Amino acid sequence: MLPELSHEEILRYSRHLLIPEVGLEGQRKLKNSSALVIGTGGLGSPVALYLAAAGIGRIGLVDYDVVDKSNLQRQVIHGTSTVGVLKVESARAKLTDLNPDIQVDVYNEPFTSENAIRIAKDYDVLIDGTDNFPTRYLTNDVCVFLGKPNIYGSIFRFDGQLSVFYAKEGPCYRCLFPEPPPPGLVPSCAEGGVLGVLPGTIGTLQATEALKVLLGIGDPMIGRLLLYNALDMSFDFVKLKKNPKCRVCGPNADIKELIDYEEFCGVPGHDHEDGSAGSGLDITAPELAERVKVNHLKLLDVREPHELEISALPNAVNIPLGQLASRLTELDSADDMVVFCKGGTRSARALELLASAGFKKVKNLKGGINAWAKEVDTNLPVY
Amino acid sequence: MPVLRIPTPLRVYTNGQSDVTVSGSNISEALSDLTNQYPTIKPHLFTDGGDLRPFVNLFVGEHNIKDLQGVNTPIKDGEKIMLIPSIAGG
Repeated sequence: MLPELSHEEILRYSRHLLIPEVGLEGQRKLKNSSALVIGTGGLGSPVALYLAAAGIGRIGLVDYDVVDKSNLQRQVIHGTSTVGVLKVESARAKLTDLNPDIQVDVYNEPFTSENAIRIAKDYDVLIDGTDNFPTRYLTNDVCVFLGKPNIYGSIFRFDGQLSVFYAKEGPCYRCLFPEPPPPGLVPSCAEGGVLGVLPGTIGTLQATEALKVLLGIGDPMIGRLLLYNALDMSFDFVKLKKNPKCRVCGPNADIKELIDYEEFCGVPGHDHEDGSAGSGLDITAPELAERVKVNHLKLLDVREPHELEISALPNAVNIPLGQLASRLTELDSADDMVVFCKGGTRSARALELLASAGFKKVKNLKGGINAWAKEVDTNLPVY
Repeated sequence: MPVLRIPTPLRVYTNGQSDVTVSGSNISEALSDLTNQYPTIKPHLFTDGGDLRPFVNLFVGEHNIKDLQGVNTPIKDGEKIMLIPSIAGG
């Protein structure tokens, strides 16, 4: 039995009720349905807002982060007034203001192999709005094991992808991407940036697909992948097939339960920069400030040239990480050297590259130039 | 000649080019031409042993070459080949 709509709800959803494909019955279906939004960031913001506005009866939000000022360029569910507030609480306040008739359940915890099944099992669809590979593989496997559709969206700079991975009726995420790329090949948005409106475009498309799946209307993106590029304004569609060798949804699947996804991907399940190259390989910003007073140190900045306009250290040599391997002859392995980037992730990779090329006197500026800006020279901006 | 669409994360290795015109009658030849034009992209597409890396997805038109003839999939003049990256941002 589908729930009835109150007169107030009939007025609220009037524009839906006028569409024959939705109508009164469709709106009651939405009221009876539930969606779990994993991540309340760039993608999760528009997804949750539009699903709440559309009258999905129960929306779950999973995130463990707090709102940061650098989120607001794209995470439109949050606001300046909620900087420092838990993202799930900031989002819940916005959603219940937008639509007090729905239930919003929040999970202020990382989505992990330990809690994922418990959190996800009672939702009709899962919406992948995460920002890292481990949680994407986890979300996929949870959906395969629970038999639920995975409304997938992913973004980087100007590129977006969209699909509905639903192993009961088509391929899963692993059918397309059996393995993650090696750590470091694909920069995160925290390192590489993202056009603020891009998650708006992809997130609203995810919300569209979620509504179609929940209503059982139209032609959902099962077995299709959209590739969107904002610069070209191109929308390319490709066909996806089930991979008979898929390790989670294929006929001979050997992955039968959730695994350690951080180990599988070789990266942490978040896109925050911890800024460290590992024990003994770092130098902190205050330590560097002391050392440059007494020693001659070579400073190597591995950021992209346009980032130097934001902040820079005097006398640093700039070789972007992507060019480092081919420009090693410009460096002297006899020099004492400190490598830095924005937050310490790219410089940590530069250290690995330099170590393999025989550079032994190299340290990583922990936390990057942002740490320097916070702890040593507050005249520099943090970005 | 076929055109290979390069995804944003890999454009740093193609001087920022989004579309690279390549020569060849199949995927293998097209990729050889690409890596000749832009040698630094090679380790991102191929293993040290010369195999295509498992996370690299190539589509000819709408179809994954894994569903066709792999790197031996023939390509026609002017056909669009898309290199589809794993991206994880959200």
